[in-house]
Amino acid sequence: MNGEKFRTLVVVPAFNEEESVAGVVEELRAYEPRWDVLVIDDGSSDRTAEMARRAGAKVVSLVRNLGIGGAVQTGFLYALKKGYGCAVQCDGDGQHPPEGVALLVKTLKQGGVDVVVGSRFLNGGRSGFLSTPSRRLGISLLALFLGKLCGQVVTDPTSGLRAYNTESLLFLSRNYPRDYPEPEALLLIHRHGLTFREVAVTMRERRGGTSSLGGWTPLVYMSKVLLSLAVETLRPLRSRRWM
Amino acid sequence: MTRVQIIALLGSLFFLGFIVESIRKRRLREEYSLLWLLFGAIFLLFSLWRGGLETLAGWVGILYAPAALFLILIMVLFVLLFHFSIVLSRLREDVTALVQEVGLLKAEGEKDLKEPAPRARDGNPGEG
Repeated sequence: MNGEKFRTLVVVPAFNEEESVAGVVEELRAYEPRWDVLVIDDGSSDRTAEMARRAGAKVVSLVRNLGIGGAVQTGFLYALKKGYGCAVQCDGDGQHPPEGVALLVKTLKQGGVDVVVGSRFLNGGRSGFLSTPSRRLGISLLALFLGKLCGQVVTDPTSGLRAYNTESLLFLSRNYPRDYPEPEALLLIHRHGLTFREVAVTMRERRGGTSSLGGWTPLVYMSKVLLSLAVETLRPLRSRRWM
Repeated sequence: MTRVQIIALLGSLFFLGFIVESIRKRRLREEYSLLWLLFGAIFLLFSLWRGGLETLAGWVGILYAPAALFLILIMVLFVLLFHFSIVLSRLREDVTALVQEVGLLKAEGEKDLKEPAPRARDGNPGEG
């Protein structure tokens, strides 16, 4: 087994999730002890970092809140620095089951693709937690638009359960959107010659905390994301290599 | 020279002098001062050139010359505000990178505190 090459880091961004983060970390570690779990404490004001550390995670505490994009990107930087061959992004609110993480890692290891996305809606996915109807409408519109731009079917553009190989980490550690980054990141990946693939994952309802979309109505979120996608298509391509 | 011209001239000179002094004392970085110097020069030009505003208004087709003055001022403010937005965006990127780097370094440091490395510094008084 090429275990060394594919050491896996599970990156869990967490902002004020003291109630749920320990459970997520313990569950991941119990499911697959070989995974290293890294919690990015995104400037939380509660005991997120402490709870995560007690549960056995490595913790990087950011001194200011950067938002989900900046937090996840910190995880990418960490994974590269420590030489992990695979990094999985997984929410700290318990939505993403360890089986999903394992499936993503397995798919990535098979090769041929740089990013694997866990999708709630693939294969007509009717099981598990599927978000509210208005959000689902927004998500499917977004999926349609993003799918057209990428020239491939996208079913769950906002999914925050993703696995990355080194090639995509190298690129995204330098170019990652800051707010609501998931759809835009897929477009970035596609435009820069990297590939992504979705696999069906059953998700659960969040255990604690509030959605990172809290306060934003789906409509505002949609407009913002659509705008950022449209703008991205107008941007010049960035170099995929260091320097 | 009319009184208003003298006041405008003094005002522009004072403005330009203030900018140059700020650059000299490094209160303002050169890269951000170019726009300010440019606008200072424009003010100076119009306080020296008596019929300037009317001429300019005539070219553009503005009947009421003072309206041209407001137009110029608003445009100047627009350009400056936009310039600030660009600078702010760049600063935000810098801050993001710094916060990430500090977080990563802090995580390393905390690990070192738990497993204290041999104190190499003792035998190396020349350091620092």
